[in-house]
Amino acid sequence: MSRDRTLPILGAVLLSVVLAGPLLPQWALFLLTIAIAKGLVALGLMLLLRAGLVSFGQALYYCAGAYAAGSLGRFFDISDMLVQMLTGAAAAALLAYILGFLLARYRGIFFGLLSLSLSMILYGLLVKSEALGSTDGVNVLPSTVLGIRPSQEWLRYVVVVVGGGVALLATALVYRYLRTPQGQLAPAIKDNEIRVEYMGTSVRSAIHVLYVIAAALSGIGGALAATTVGHIDPDMAYWTTSGEFIFITILAGTGSVVAPFLGAMIFGIIHTVAYDLSPNTWQLTLGTTLLLVIVFLPEGLWSLFSRRKGA
Amino acid sequence: MAVVLDARGLNKRFGAVTAASNINAAIEQDSVVGLIGTNGAGKTTFINMITGYIKPDTGGIFYQGRDITALSPREITRVGICRSFQIPQLYSSLSVFEHMMVGLGVVLHNAGLGGYFSRGQPNVPGHDAPAPEVAERILERFGLADYRDKNAQVLPGGVRKLLDIALTMVAKPTILLLDEPTSGVSAEEKFGIMEMVMTAVKAEGATVLFVEHDMEVVSRFAQRVIAFYDGRIIADAAPEIALTDPEVKRYVVGGALHRLDEQQGAPNA
Amino acid sequence: MDQIPAVIVDGIFYSAWLFVAAVGMTLIYGVMKIVNLTHGSFYALGAYAAASLTGAWLAKGYPPMLSYAVLLGSAVLISVVVAPPIERGILRFMYAKDEVVILLITYALFLILEDVIKLIWGVDPYFIAEPYGLLGSFDVGDLSYPTYNLILVGIAIIAGVGLTLLLRGTRTGKLLLTVIHDPEVSRAMGINVDRFYLVTFTFGSMLAAIGGAFTAPTVSVVPGIGVEVVVLSFAVVVIGGLGSLPGAALGAVIVGLVRSAAIHYAPAVELFVIYFVMALVLAFRPRGLFSLAEPRKI
Repeated sequence: MSRDRTLPILGAVLLSVVLAGPLLPQWALFLLTIAIAKGLVALGLMLLLRAGLVSFGQALYYCAGAYAAGSLGRFFDISDMLVQMLTGAAAAALLAYILGFLLARYRGIFFGLLSLSLSMILYGLLVKSEALGSTDGVNVLPSTVLGIRPSQEWLRYVVVVVGGGVALLATALVYRYLRTPQGQLAPAIKDNEIRVEYMGTSVRSAIHVLYVIAAALSGIGGALAATTVGHIDPDMAYWTTSGEFIFITILAGTGSVVAPFLGAMIFGIIHTVAYDLSPNTWQLTLGTTLLLVIVFLPEGLWSLFSRRKGA
Repeated sequence: MAVVLDARGLNKRFGAVTAASNINAAIEQDSVVGLIGTNGAGKTTFINMITGYIKPDTGGIFYQGRDITALSPREITRVGICRSFQIPQLYSSLSVFEHMMVGLGVVLHNAGLGGYFSRGQPNVPGHDAPAPEVAERILERFGLADYRDKNAQVLPGGVRKLLDIALTMVAKPTILLLDEPTSGVSAEEKFGIMEMVMTAVKAEGATVLFVEHDMEVVSRFAQRVIAFYDGRIIADAAPEIALTDPEVKRYVVGGALHRLDEQQGAPNA
Repeated sequence: MDQIPAVIVDGIFYSAWLFVAAVGMTLIYGVMKIVNLTHGSFYALGAYAAASLTGAWLAKGYPPMLSYAVLLGSAVLISVVVAPPIERGILRFMYAKDEVVILLITYALFLILEDVIKLIWGVDPYFIAEPYGLLGSFDVGDLSYPTYNLILVGIAIIAGVGLTLLLRGTRTGKLLLTVIHDPEVSRAMGINVDRFYLVTFTFGSMLAAIGGAFTAPTVSVVPGIGVEVVVLSFAVVVIGGLGSLPGAALGAVIVGLVRSAAIHYAPAVELFVIYFVMALVLAFRPRGLFSLAEPRKI
């Protein structure tokens, strides 16, 4: 982690978004918000990756957060962004707390496959759920903040500022956790679990905690995405969505809490540009980029900025 | 001297193999005990049972009077029994200093210190100084200060051993189990490393059990020798007696150590 | 209940399809220890190649009864053309990497191939329904089934029995078993492990392609037909045990019957019940129902 510069950097970025935001076109604000949402999921994935675990099913929590947010509107007429994101985080965290008892026992491919199957279970449930719109999904009410409904022209700006603010807070909390003794166990767990146990602490507990944090982050991201896109559907839990998140995390690297957001931004740009240029080749671009990063830049793009070994 | 670790009637079988047969050993506080025996004799099984890695079929292990037979390795470490490994168990992506910090972090975490809501650098329990200072101190004592920022993967064999043992010191153990502390270390370095380890360890006031194949190291550093063969203890006495015991010579030492026969009076300098 | 015959027949047909679709994945994992996501790509490639070649065959007025051979031939052809360059050109250099990394690499390749397919065949659906209806139908009770479905059952049986005979009965098969157990030692004994990997990858992909080719007449061939196959194959292979041939068969039968029962009795759970079984197996027997005995190397 960069010493002490991380949070000021994030703060500066948020500040520039707040200041420059009104000048940016709507599509740029949209892109930025989605990047923040996906960046949060990728941040969660990064935490797990640092401990040596790859979750192939993070979309489970992204989708849970999104549907929690959407349901607030559909069933309770609540459209407040902050309530949505909080609920998304809580729903995802609760789910992860329960599932974590099972998942924290697994490593490597089995962890990946089990997390994958759990996300596909949610997908299957949602597709067949009439109450939640099955494959058509559900439209999400336009966002409000603390009772205020922004006008149409200011809506995207407000969403990106509020979303960015919440993301900054969440990231700061994660950053703080990574500086506690338990938060620093991840690289040790990845390298030599047995040694960690023999030092006198529970690896399973540490992983359980990371898993819940990652889920909460994904839940916030899902809620933010739901409110920005204005629509939720079961595809948010499909395995290809999880694949996107993994892509972003690999692209970004694990060097800093800032990296996932950078990765998500770049992913968003690649997606938009490639898709606009040629809708039938953007997966090709994605796949090729992933391959190149894995082979030539295994520490992710962040390693280009930081020659120091990631802590 | 008080008995700090008491193994009573330990038995363990793995299928047709008897790894431990009626093992009884009472270890006194502050003693230094050498465990010898050929491969497969039961020394490592003994250590694995003490550290909770495997459970005995029958029998019990008592630490300061408390029954620790059923505890997990993690819990055993927390009560004050730490072990080092035959093949150093290190973290390949961390530096020497970071190794110590992670270990000290665990001690802090277990004591409820340094957590999410704490401010500043609390003192590490048992060491009365903040973690970075304690880390430097331990590294100094083990002669590792020069390697402070080196990554574990680039360390020479003897240094890796020292780091592995140094890591066991962070939790201020009452009992230290060293599994072949000088194996994989060149002949010239063996005594030096053992000397350094023993000095550092004794300064902390720990009781030490070490597994060794090198009989010169054993006779030099151990106050008491327990010899294993075929899952049984075949000798349990001071080195000069145990190492010249006919059964021990036959099954463990081999005939080669005629020097010990000659130096009957002064093996421990 | 009177639905039982239908559940069983549907279950058998679906199981056969699943087995053919998934067995290549378990074969590749068993030999090469890689989880291969291009599996879905080869399924799709098989379907598209079959659609094109068989479509052309039928359009030219050649005997429709031989179209089944064309289906098979196109699957074989496409895999022999596409698989070796992937294995020799890319995968070969990655075997030293962590298995999760290799999985991600095959994922990248899967994404690339998805678009390659679109570039070659376009996005419009392909239909070659003729072979499907050509063989007429048969009755089970008062339900009617296309006889075509029996072809897939036949292929599943031939593939299963054939592979088993190959592995147990032939010299090549025995060499393959040593490669499965320890590639390094096999290499040291002079076995051409690289060639085994190439052949296994090609053959495993071919099986996926065959699955796709013979499914083509029953559906409209569109981009993305490989996507679901990947995750279904995972389910089958994981349930049976990664790398186990009898496991894949068992997994296919379990998933097939469970899905069939779900469709008939509880349609709401149809989609998720398969992944539920997968999760259950992973939770209690992560190595699958027929796990390869892992010799302790330490």
